[in-house]
Amino acid sequence: MTELLIPAIVSCVVAFFVVYFMTPPLIKVLTQRNFAVKDMNKIEDVMVVRPGGPSIIAGIIASEIILYAFLQLNEILAIIITTSAAFVIGYVDDRKVMKGWFKPAALAVAAIPIIVFGAYDSDLAFPLFGVVQIPALYLALVLFMIPITGNTINSIDVLNGVASGFMVIASFTLSICLFIVQNYEIAIVSLPLGFVSLAFYKYHKIPSKIFPGDSGALTLGAMYGAIAIVGGVEIIAAVALLPAVINSFLFLSSVKRIVEHREIKGKPVIFTDDNKLEATNDKSAPVTLVRLILAGGPLSEKQVAFAIFKLGIFSGILAIITAFMMDVSL
Amino acid sequence: MKSALFGFLFGMWVLIIIGGGILVTILGPITVTGFGDLDWFIASVIKGVIAIILVVVWILILSKLKNFIFKKEINS
Repeated sequence: MTELLIPAIVSCVVAFFVVYFMTPPLIKVLTQRNFAVKDMNKIEDVMVVRPGGPSIIAGIIASEIILYAFLQLNEILAIIITTSAAFVIGYVDDRKVMKGWFKPAALAVAAIPIIVFGAYDSDLAFPLFGVVQIPALYLALVLFMIPITGNTINSIDVLNGVASGFMVIASFTLSICLFIVQNYEIAIVSLPLGFVSLAFYKYHKIPSKIFPGDSGALTLGAMYGAIAIVGGVEIIAAVALLPAVINSFLFLSSVKRIVEHREIKGKPVIFTDDNKLEATNDKSAPVTLVRLILAGGPLSEKQVAFAIFKLGIFSGILAIITAFMMDVSL
Repeated sequence: MKSALFGFLFGMWVLIIIGGGILVTILGPITVTGFGDLDWFIASVIKGVIAIILVVVWILILSKLKNFIFKKEINS
């Protein structure tokens, strides 16, 4: 355990500072090239540059390469390749608007390195009840999990700072859970995700100076899913991600098909005169997590973001309880 | 509203725990013999079909739970 301390500290420092120092010049370059979009949650025309994915992936690759130099684990290579592939997929979608099926299908392909490197255990562990052996079925689960986590984080990227802030909570929760189940090496490997998200949050929080874009959100989500698989904590990871899962579930159950958010005409949120967000009465608008949070009355963007973070902390506590329950058997 | 969301989160968590129990107790013991090298494949197909049915049931229960908790908000 103590021999993991130096790689852990070095990789976390690198993860944080690569993103921290690389994002401002990236903002400058994106501004010069006019890669900016309107912030849809502001009444006035506020333009914000995107995507922040390049600085996020740089932080992840730099820190994980350092960890690979110390630990020489195939799991790290699988995480790096899968996450990089997710970044490329997101970057393509940032540059050119693709069809709704593109991201799920391409992200399933991005999951293949996890299978090729054998960086998984096909026993699916459940709290209280033990493990179930599903060797063939587990391969399908791997191919499903990366698109689900990638798109889930992408779908919660709705307000300033929410995707990166939520990832800070979810990924540090996942690291704590990996320590609890005594998977120390993968716990160390997972730490850079939290530090990368934390560094990016500095620029993404209200008022955003940069948006992560699909390349940033898919990178964070795919790495989260890859860590869950190689760490054998799929169920715990799903619990920590529940607020984002609820958002996707509410959206899909109201629109009843896989569709890009930009293809939906009805907006779930409208503005009040004092620049607050309010749930719409438009029946054609999808039901989302933000709309339900606003059902109690108008709130500022910051208040809605903090409400999502509180839900993230609550599900994080449930995930930690779940991790402790892994050792308990009925 | 926010307390309802926490309740929905907790409900999802309970469903995951119960669903895991059903998976382990029903899917876990399934073995197939008599088909030689295809034993594991046939067992996997059976497990896959049951897992898909369980997921569909899980989503239906979740939808009912969602409608029950957020009835007013969704209909407004």
